Amino acid sequence: MTKEYKTITEISGPLVFLEKTEPVGYGELVLINLPDGTTKRGQVLDTSADLVAVQVFEGTGGLNEESGVVFTGETIKLPVSKDMLGRILSGSGEPLDGGPRIIPEDRVDVNGASMNPYSRMPPEDFIQTGISTIDGTNTLVRGQKLPIFSGSGLPHNEIALQIARQAKVPGSTEEFAVVFAAMGITSEEAQYFMEDFEKTGALERAVVFLNLADDPAVERLITPRMALTAAEYLAYEHDMHVLVILTDITNYCEALRQMGAAREEVPGRRGYPGYMYTDLASLYERAGVIKGRKGSVTQFSILTMPGDDITHPIPDLSGYITEGQIVVSRELHRKGIYPPINVLPSLSRLMNSGIGAGKTRDDHKAVSDQMYAAYAEGRDLRGLVAIVGKEALSERDQRILEFADLFEDRFVRQGRDEDRTIEDTLNVSWSILSELPEALLTRVDNKYIEKYHPAHKSK
Amino acid sequence: MKGEIYRVAGPVVTIRGIKPKMYDVVHVGHEGLMGEVIRIQGDKATVQVYEDTSGIRPGEPVVNTGMSLSVELGPGLLESIYDGIQRPLMVLQEKMGDFIQRGVTANGLDRERVWEFKPLAKNGDSVKGGDVLGLVQETENIEHKIMVPPTVSGTISEIKSGSFKVDETICVLSSGTEISMMQKWPVRKPRPVGKKLMPNRPLITGQRILDGLFPVAKGGTAAIPGPFGSGKTVTQQQLAKWSDTDIVVYIGCGERGNEMADVLNEFPELQDPKTGRPLMERTVLIANTSNMPVAAREASVYTGITIAEYYRDMGYDVSLMADSTSRWAEAMREISSRLEEMPGEEGYPAYLSARLSEFYERAGYVRTLEGQEGSITVIGAVSPPGGDFSEPVTQNTLRIVKVFWALDAKLAQRRHFPSINWLTSYSLYTQGLADWFTENVAPDWVPLRDHAMDLLQQEAELQEIVQLVGSDALPEDQQIVLEISRMIREYFLQQNAFHPVDTYCPFDKQYKLLKAISKYGEMATAALEAGIPMKDILSVESKDELAKVKFEEDFQSALDVVMTKMDKEFAQLGGK
Repeated sequence: MTKEYKTITEISGPLVFLEKTEPVGYGELVLINLPDGTTKRGQVLDTSADLVAVQVFEGTGGLNEESGVVFTGETIKLPVSKDMLGRILSGSGEPLDGGPRIIPEDRVDVNGASMNPYSRMPPEDFIQTGISTIDGTNTLVRGQKLPIFSGSGLPHNEIALQIARQAKVPGSTEEFAVVFAAMGITSEEAQYFMEDFEKTGALERAVVFLNLADDPAVERLITPRMALTAAEYLAYEHDMHVLVILTDITNYCEALRQMGAAREEVPGRRGYPGYMYTDLASLYERAGVIKGRKGSVTQFSILTMPGDDITHPIPDLSGYITEGQIVVSRELHRKGIYPPINVLPSLSRLMNSGIGAGKTRDDHKAVSDQMYAAYAEGRDLRGLVAIVGKEALSERDQRILEFADLFEDRFVRQGRDEDRTIEDTLNVSWSILSELPEALLTRVDNKYIEKYHPAHKSK
Repeated sequence: MKGEIYRVAGPVVTIRGIKPKMYDVVHVGHEGLMGEVIRIQGDKATVQVYEDTSGIRPGEPVVNTGMSLSVELGPGLLESIYDGIQRPLMVLQEKMGDFIQRGVTANGLDRERVWEFKPLAKNGDSVKGGDVLGLVQETENIEHKIMVPPTVSGTISEIKSGSFKVDETICVLSSGTEISMMQKWPVRKPRPVGKKLMPNRPLITGQRILDGLFPVAKGGTAAIPGPFGSGKTVTQQQLAKWSDTDIVVYIGCGERGNEMADVLNEFPELQDPKTGRPLMERTVLIANTSNMPVAAREASVYTGITIAEYYRDMGYDVSLMADSTSRWAEAMREISSRLEEMPGEEGYPAYLSARLSEFYERAGYVRTLEGQEGSITVIGAVSPPGGDFSEPVTQNTLRIVKVFWALDAKLAQRRHFPSINWLTSYSLYTQGLADWFTENVAPDWVPLRDHAMDLLQQEAELQEIVQLVGSDALPEDQQIVLEISRMIREYFLQQNAFHPVDTYCPFDKQYKLLKAISKYGEMATAALEAGIPMKDILSVESKDELAKVKFEEDFQSALDVVMTKMDKEFAQLGGK
């Protein structure tokens, strides 16, 4: 069909440069035939009448100037089909499970197109994850992108799995389809996910893309795009509600930096490319709900903060794009609390549209605000106690201090398989709030106190 | 003039074969993607393209329009929702569905819609740029003034009356120049004004901490920097909803799609507190989300301010919110880096500071060419990486703007909203606006405000001591200071944007609320001097009841009840 060029002039890291080609399109998919008979794939990064630069996904190992380069004339496309559910694919979309190739219903550009903001439906369907710190204080809604900000050695994988198992929209029988994309995680971690998917039967309604730690870093740049393309297809063409788990965004960003360095670009903060915000946005923004279509894409990515530093460029830029974040805390983890989610730096920006009467319960917002305020104050008081001792605190402050402990012990702490309904979560909230003097509940309307406060309810 | 593409690298395309001018708009490739010339080098020129360039090849044709990037100005701007280069999103949806494809052009103004034009000028009138020729009722409350384009003047030889489309001639000058209701203006060039004036009226926003402590003047500039999650967008949206300007231009620059969807959904349903009409009728929205092309993001800010200037020229007060200017700066950085320009601080181009000041300088309170008074207030959100205010965009912005509303993640975590830090924020307009406040709010407003600021300052110092020794160790008069400042923080400064009543607080209510808190302060201090125990003063019930007064529909009577009770309670204390 197309010509094979043998005009490679330079190979540098993951990049290959060629001369004297016919006009080649920007972003085109490239096939490279090695002298040993294998074929590698790549993408055009820069194209001019004289020189073409190609980034090679599977790494440039074994490539030499004898290799033949074929330009396919089209951008990278993913064959999509409803039969992808239950399949395990490589980071570039090839079957890994020994099954047959996917017979495509369609072939879709993996870069996707940006959704017209005018076509978006503001997300507002409450998702019950069964985890109190999320449902109660950082509510997730359908179509939201809410990453987990974690650190190495913390149980973010367990939390993600628990959410994937338990997530449901109360009152709806539809289950979420899961699209799982591993980017540069170890095979051990990947196995942990796979076993859990198999054990719980979740694999049947999941599509798995695996790019492991020893797979080429460049491939990581394409893996999440494949996963999101599959998710969009299932959501918007097959009316499914899709939960996308991308792990680990940090590895993705490292690959991005690696590519930037190979291309000798001017680096931005900490060596990451200046366009990292735009690049991350092109992933995160592929979540949402479209007016007039039934399906939705909800993103739940995992991001390990280097050095637990939330101001590091990766969590920082992510936080500016995503609709909040769930922050996993080392301190709570050391205390033996699972899930060790610190609600104070956590946030769900879409919470307000997903809660309240008719969605969760009328007192939800007030209860959440009150717990936040009291817990924040309680934690500050802990610092004070370390200096002046508990006795020096006023009566009021002592009660707030105790509230902080109760909050961690009864609200935050729960079992790995404990699936709390939103009713359960709010009831737990009231039972700990009732330990505070009523005069301190300034953020809760009197009508809710009368309706839900255990002291009033029993009357 | 036809040329061809030489090189494609992301949004930056090099062309050859034509001789464009700087900032000419060109159409590149078979699909005619829109772009703008940003560098000329020998026989080649560099173009930033506003759409995705995947699949575009060297050798494809390039056409120069010979025009610089312009917006269409005329009736029909209000209620519109545009992308960064003034393509109506609604039209894009009709043309290409729910996802934005490329190569689609759409006019900024609807060519089919007919407007009723009422002439004010007559045959034989001599007119110059900016003069009003006639009126069009654009929305229920906004009269759109059809003006002579700034560069045109002459004597009217014919003026029409009746229903016209925007591009039909409504007026002919003796020189033969035909004028329609629509004008085009290059976005990167400020529209001319008669004279810039000193801002002397406040922008009333209904947000207590903004109006009360750190007011911005109409025609002024303000920046809201803050780390993510500290409430920038909510504050910007509150300003867009409640500011007492005639026109609002809201630019969603590189922000979240779902957030824009929320604005698009909410604004048509919200009511303007002044007129009771839907807010959308006075609003122009520009939505360029973070995953839309980066070059169009760079342009969106200019598109917005040019539209704002056009309404200012009619003598209106306009407010412009840009959320977020950091994304705009990043778009500049990205394009600059693709051009392989020498970077300045943190990879931003060396011209960052110049571009920012040029933009903010387009704000102002002015006498228009026609002699009317109009204003543009610019409020820019800044998203500093890691919440670190020492980064280049925040620093360069602070050198220009007069009002600084510093958002604080700590406050947001305690659910103190709006989480604007009262110690680090400032407004340089407080002096200039003092006369206005004395005249229009209350003669004692300025001292009341200064006293509140003073208390908050004292509290901050006392808190340091409390951190060491606990609050009980403080002398009693200082404990009163702590209590009053807590009331100022919780009752006055905290405001719930999602509460139907509290979301907008008129100035009169702000005054009465602060006055009530100050009254408690006076009575408490007096009671303390009279030897009444601290514990009794603090346990006055009406003090705690004051907390919820701001949420009451009937604020005045709720406040009266509480204040009467307070008088009574203190009288009883004194009587003991």
